[in-house]
Parts: sequence; C-alpha cells; structure tokens
Amino acid sequence: MTAPQFPQPDPSPLNRDQTEQLRARQRSRNRALGLLLTALVVLFFAITIVKIGAHSGAAG
Amino acid sequence: MNDSKLLLPTDWRDFFALTKPRVMSLVIFTGLCGLLAAPATIHPVLGFTAILCIAIAAGGAAALNQWWEADIDAGMKRTAGRPLPAGRMDRESARDFGVALSAGAVLLMGLAVNWLSAAILALSVVYYAWFYTVWLKPRTPQNIVIGGGAGAFPPMIGWIAATGHISLMPVLLFLIIFMWTPPHFWALALFVQTDYAKVGIPMLPVVAGERTTRRHILAYAALLLPLTLVPWAIGGAGRIYGVAALLLGIAFLALATQVGLRQSGEDDPMRPEKRLFGFSILYLFVLFAALVADHWASIEGWQP
Repeated sequence: MTAPQFPQPDPSPLNRDQTEQLRARQRSRNRALGLLLTALVVLFFAITIVKIGAHSGAAG
Repeated sequence: MNDSKLLLPTDWRDFFALTKPRVMSLVIFTGLCGLLAAPATIHPVLGFTAILCIAIAAGGAAALNQWWEADIDAGMKRTAGRPLPAGRMDRESARDFGVALSAGAVLLMGLAVNWLSAAILALSVVYYAWFYTVWLKPRTPQNIVIGGGAGAFPPMIGWIAATGHISLMPVLLFLIIFMWTPPHFWALALFVQTDYAKVGIPMLPVVAGERTTRRHILAYAALLLPLTLVPWAIGGAGRIYGVAALLLGIAFLALATQVGLRQSGEDDPMRPEKRLFGFSILYLFVLFAALVADHWASIEGWQP
C-alpha cells in the first residue's frame, strides 16, 4: 500500500536575490500599513476631542 | 532551481488599485457637495470623517465587485490587467479586504457621525456589491440604469451625515445621478469597443442594438432636465442653482438629441457621442458645484 501523496514543501531555500525581493516587498507593505495605522490613530484622536468638546459644550 | 516563480506577498499598490481610485474622485466630489449643501453645519473633522467613510466604503464595494467578477474581468482586454485576473493577488485577500473596508467605514460612520448615514452607507455597499454585481448585471440590459443607483448614493449620504435625517432634497440628489448615469455611460458604450458580449454581460448596445441605445439616451436626458429643476421648484435650492440647472440641462439635452437622432456609418468618428460623454462629466461637476454655491449665497444673504 502506497502512502498518500501530500504536497511536499520546497526543500530548496531562497537564494540571496529572492530573499532580498521578499524582504523589499515585506518592507513596503509594512510601511504602507504603518502609515495607515498612524493616520487612523490621528483621526480617532481628533474625532474624540471634537466629540468631548461637543458634549461639554452642550452641558455647559 | 530558480525557474519557478517566487510567490511574493501582494504589493500594497495592488490593494490600492482594487479600490478603483479613479472612480472615487466623483464619489468624493458629489458626497462633499451633498454635505456642504445640506442645511446643517457639521464640525469639519466630522465632515471629513463622513467623506472618508463614503470613499472607503466605495473602495470596499469596488474590491468586492472585483472579487466576484475576477473571471469576467479576465476575459476582457480593458480589465484583464487588474490585480485578480493578472494573478497578483489571491481571491480571498480581495474578499477580506473588501469586507474589512466596507465594515470599517460603516462602523466609523456610525460612531463618529450618525447611524442613519451609516445604515444608508451599508445599504449602498450591499446594493453595489450584491444587488448590482451578483444579481442584476448578468441578467438585464438595464443593468447600467440600476447600477447608476450605486453611484447615486454619495450626495445623499453626505447630506444625511450633516442633517441626521432624510428629507426630499437628498432623495432628489439621488434621483438626479440615477437619471444622469444611463446617458453618460451609454454614450461611452457607443464609441468604445467593448468585449462585454464575449463574457456574457448583456450591455444595451450589444443586446438591443445601437438604435435603441440612442433612443434611451435621449429619453433619459429628457427626463433629467425637469428632474434637476425640482429642487428649485420646491424651494430646496435657489435661483443660482435653478438657472445653472436649466442652462446645463438644455445643453445636455441638445447634445443628447444629436446623439439620439443619428445613426453611425462606416468608420464613423463618433464625435457627437464623444462630445456628449465629455460634457456629461462637466455637467455633473458644475451642477453640484452650483448647488453648493447657491446654498452659500443664501447663507450670505445674496439671494432670497
């Protein structure tokens, strides 16, 4: 009885060129995501300040 | 050993392209006009957030649209280079990206602005990504008419973001873009050779022929003119808007009549069609700008 055939992971490691390509792509993705998250933090902070201002303004 | 292509994570630019950024400019502009023309003031930060949410939700809907239509896009020259059909992204990523953008935008709209505009924003995403893309587009040659509804939501949502309730005016803004879309798109469809027929999407020029398409363009343009005058007639907008709508409408109808009553010959340069398409974009920008200018003039007391 033969063992079921599972796809085997590629045994060959990435060469230098491929590693650099992969790292560069990861870096650019991380940078874009980092900028996006920073922008969201700033936006949420601004919204919070405006909302607090509106509420205290209504109370006072 | 390096013959096999290295599988890289998808470039962020491909995610960005998935949101159809060029379509978004019109969405942002009309949404902003709705927000500014509404008879209520909204804090600039919250106003910015509202427009951002409208744009992000539109991007999410566009991503979901391409997730669903990846096979169709692959079969057409114009769309074969998109991230999914070109194989630069897997379908699950597009789907998850679209869901995350849409849901995030709706949630932010509800928390920061108001829940009525958030609900209508959610409705607009479902309308485009499901009702139009999945259900209607492959079924009826009137798909453009109904698909125009998706593009008609932004000014309505912008208006309701400012006021917090539905009135006749935002519904009229919705109807104006709804009526404007068919002549705008069919004018383009007449002079651009598309391969919709190849992938089984029933576009009107393909299914019903050029003659019928031209008649339809004329009919919608004729309906658009009186419709754009209703805001003036009911007192929702003033004289500046009314005169602008009348002049723009007459010019639009004149160009649509040229297109509607002619028949193209061999190697036709299709100049009237190109003129109508170009003018239709200008028409919408100026009409909505006039609406905002009219509102500001009324606030300043320059007109009754």
